[in-house]
Amino acid sequence: MSKKEFDIPAVPKDSEALFTPEPKPDATASVRSYPASAQHQEALGFPGEIPDDWQDRALAHFETLLERSRSLRVYLDSCVRCGACTDKCHYYLGTGDPKNMPVARQDLMRDVYRRHFTPAGRNFPGLVRGRELTREVMDEWFTYFHQCSQCRRCSVYCPYGIDTAEISMAAREILDVAGFGQKYVNEILGKVHKIGNNLGLPGPALEDTLEGLEEDLRDETGLDVKIPLDVEGADILLVTPSADFFAEPHVDGLMGYAKVFHQAGLSWTLSSHAAEAGNFGMFIGNYEQMKKVAERIREAALKLKVKRIVVGECGHAWRVAYSFWNTLAGIGHGADENDEYARALQNQLDPNYPVPQHICELTYDLMQRGVLKFDPTANDHIGLTFHDSCNVARASRMGDKPGGQMEIPRALLRASVRNFHDMADSTIGDATFCCGGGGGLLTDELMEIRVKGALPRVNALRETMEEHGVTHMAAICAICKAQFTKVLPYYDLPMDTIVSLHQMVGNALRLDRGEI
Amino acid sequence: MAYEVNGVTVETDEEGYIEDLSKWSKELAEIMAKEDDCELSEEHWEIINFLREYYEEFQIAPAVRVLTKQIGKRLGPEKGNSKYLYELFPYGPAKQACRYAGLPKPTGCV
Repeated sequence: MSKKEFDIPAVPKDSEALFTPEPKPDATASVRSYPASAQHQEALGFPGEIPDDWQDRALAHFETLLERSRSLRVYLDSCVRCGACTDKCHYYLGTGDPKNMPVARQDLMRDVYRRHFTPAGRNFPGLVRGRELTREVMDEWFTYFHQCSQCRRCSVYCPYGIDTAEISMAAREILDVAGFGQKYVNEILGKVHKIGNNLGLPGPALEDTLEGLEEDLRDETGLDVKIPLDVEGADILLVTPSADFFAEPHVDGLMGYAKVFHQAGLSWTLSSHAAEAGNFGMFIGNYEQMKKVAERIREAALKLKVKRIVVGECGHAWRVAYSFWNTLAGIGHGADENDEYARALQNQLDPNYPVPQHICELTYDLMQRGVLKFDPTANDHIGLTFHDSCNVARASRMGDKPGGQMEIPRALLRASVRNFHDMADSTIGDATFCCGGGGGLLTDELMEIRVKGALPRVNALRETMEEHGVTHMAAICAICKAQFTKVLPYYDLPMDTIVSLHQMVGNALRLDRGEI
Repeated sequence: MAYEVNGVTVETDEEGYIEDLSKWSKELAEIMAKEDDCELSEEHWEIINFLREYYEEFQIAPAVRVLTKQIGKRLGPEKGNSKYLYELFPYGPAKQACRYAGLPKPTGCV
């Protein structure tokens, strides 16, 4: 096995040093995703090989996107090069590669836009900062738009609100259409269409896995805590990332949800048809893929005749669910009036609950109403902090108050763990640092960028560990959890430092066992 | 990438996972292990064999928890944990054990 070696960045003693890395041009120019195979590309309707007319296709699609999305053109037109974004990207802070400064990443696309889509660039290319869309430019796009996790931290600090994630999504879609797809995301999208989830976990395997987990729950609690699958007529459909069935510490989160449902006496089910909350269609900015993936959930909800749809701990899924499911699949308001399935679903779902609802909202509501009781001493061996996942913090909300997506998870954790401490303010909430593995970068060939991109988060985590006796960090995103499990050991922190939020909830939740 | 085993060419993907699962052999697993400076012991084989059995039945590698539980049942509770698995396969059960067993790599947020 070839294990590519790279230097692990030292966690700076003085955290100011973190924000002024030594610039190292081209430091990560050779860190590249694997290209998608012809089979992966064609399964999504993209060209299998790079066609001879790739440039025409790329430019034609660029033009389509400019017409379709007014915001894209505004983002490309409005940068004044003030520099506010330059030290905000975790990948720049971790690698020092100037192309990982958000403005430089945007410029990869902006320069092509100027050359091909502005009158000055078309007529007098020498007079504007423009760049012909050559093969070399495409290669550079492929490299650096797969070193952006679309976390949108930079856009919080941009005085014009330029959203680098949207630029990166558009660039990836142009790459796909021209035959330059990325293996990790496109292979997974293919598995969702074929098998129903990112893992490629077939129904019988899911059933077997869930039976095993029910056995574990019985051993642990002495109670018949169920994880129901494909139960027609259940009230709630839980849609959760398939990693929750497979990986650690994700599984502990799933067992935590099961305890909540059990204790509250709620009728719920998972679906083998839609055993995936994740929607990687967003990472490649492709509306059709996003819609197709989201529609599986609608199909499952209609078939199982559920009244509510609840989303498990998955960051980007919650962004898609909260912001886009309504128009993509009719879950929420705003379905097309000619879309009979979306209409049927909107009539079927109970308007007394948020549509869709986050599992944290559900647990929080039960806690507020006194249905659930907690004994936080069960977690006294743990000192905890919370990692805000980028898509939850910056692209969604929970509850009915601004900032609920930050407050509700913390309220659950404070009820579950007595020693809870937040990390530094500039690294949490809507200023949160990405885990380093989001947006379709959670693949081994990008390990260097993943490890280095985690540096700002690890720096803040170390600080709370030293100052407040924090031992663990909770997250509500499958990517964050998988990423930290892999990268924390590079910084000499144990892989099980990262835990699921509902794992903490599950530990502390008082279950009726007769003795209470 | 490709391996030559007993005169048969076995193609792999970029990450060293074999593409045609029917071309797997014990010799191939041993060659892969040797490249990682790993000598396959009886304990390694217990895990590789279980992975292959599970895959045969379910067309996917088992979840880590399923794997540790089975190993605990078969080899004793002191071995039914991921620490034991990582001692045997330091690159991780998915990355290393599945690869030696000729299984595709689990994908997704894992």
